[in-house]
Amino acid sequence: MQPVKYKRATSVAEAVSLLQGGGEFARPLAGGTDVIVQARERRRDIDLFVDIKHIPELMAISHDANGVTIGAAVPLHLVYGDAKIVSQWPAVTEAAHVIGGTAIQGRATLGGNLCNSSPAADSIPAMMVLDAVAHIAGPNGKRDVSVREFCTAPGRNVLALGEFVVSISLPKPPAGSGGAWQRFIPRNEMDIAVVNAGVWVQLDGANVTDARFALGAVAPTPIMVPAAAEALIGKPLSDATIAAAGDAAKAAAKPIDDMRGSVKQRKHLAKVLTERTLRHAIERARGQA
Amino acid sequence: MSNRVKTDRIVITAKINGDERTFLADERDSLLEALRERIGLTGAKEGCNNGNCGACAVLLNGVLVNSCCVMAAEIEGAELTTVEGLAGPEGLHPLQQAFLEEAALQCGICTPGFLMASKALLDENPHPTEHDARFWLAGNLCRCTGYDKIIRAVLKAADQMGSNGR
Repeated sequence: MQPVKYKRATSVAEAVSLLQGGGEFARPLAGGTDVIVQARERRRDIDLFVDIKHIPELMAISHDANGVTIGAAVPLHLVYGDAKIVSQWPAVTEAAHVIGGTAIQGRATLGGNLCNSSPAADSIPAMMVLDAVAHIAGPNGKRDVSVREFCTAPGRNVLALGEFVVSISLPKPPAGSGGAWQRFIPRNEMDIAVVNAGVWVQLDGANVTDARFALGAVAPTPIMVPAAAEALIGKPLSDATIAAAGDAAKAAAKPIDDMRGSVKQRKHLAKVLTERTLRHAIERARGQA
Repeated sequence: MSNRVKTDRIVITAKINGDERTFLADERDSLLEALRERIGLTGAKEGCNNGNCGACAVLLNGVLVNSCCVMAAEIEGAELTTVEGLAGPEGLHPLQQAFLEEAALQCGICTPGFLMASKALLDENPHPTEHDARFWLAGNLCRCTGYDKIIRAVLKAADQMGSNGR
């Protein structure tokens, strides 16, 4: 391992102070499944890890009337091990359940998945459509940023020097709504998304009153697809409106060719996954799944 | 690159395989490096060193982790179980015995990781289906067996442990 120092923070204020003192090469250490590997392989220049797992609020899951707040260092196995999160925000737990394998999920976190800011991050499109908010602490105090606004480029995000994500909130879903998440990989498990999709819909009978669509691995950051929502909102559900949402997703996808897939395949997948995930979200909104 | 900082030698105290141990490591050591090079526990293997293969899997406070993706300094005060801690005074763990009987290993490099991952599976789910076992063990790679024998061994150990009440 390259020379990396390690410090353990026991409060948010101490973590901010350590990160600020460490400067641009300091990183928070939650599950470490990305940052430790990046330090070792020198894919990120890191010379201080500030371990944030000994800060109580970083490790807490708290439910209240408004929804749930998940500490940024809570490992994924505890996220999908929380029955209330599974029942109310299944789109997030569907993603959490397939990020790496069991040993990764014992350590990896939603906060880390967000801050790693990969275009293909599995949990981010799910959190985006669920209106998730990242609670950030830093030298200038606290601020909240919508997960939709968090990533700015591959591996980059809105965090400034000395800032880190303390927790992520998911608002309570309204009655008659449903969310879902799916990804495509060429094997059953343990792979990075060729494309992934998050969808949330709210229904009033057969009419869609609200909808949100997000895609991953089709642009430099995970993206929202407002055109897909526009194709659906205020209209009755039908194969035609569902296909229109899929077509909008295909049009919005601006992917690259790489080892995981071609532009053509990814655009095709954006449509197929959007439609499938939408159908699943509709079933959930109707209480059928 | 990063030679801006000088790392320190650090003293780590942790409960490893039931024994309280205090040892010297470097601040920059991964847990896998510390296990193998500082305290001579070479059961955990370095395969990919990036979290893909599972050969270095250990239980950290009862949770399955890849020790290549943990900093040694993180285990201060923690409880760790490595493959060396699996067999008891009465002999091999039922999983180890089943791996032998079912020929669930060939070269053996992946075996410590599979054993620890399988232990974690049976701790959480004593009666896994074949699908449960395959999904749980997807983060462990084996280049020799084709996996079927490993899955048979895990399911056999689960049966035996269930009937023995262990």
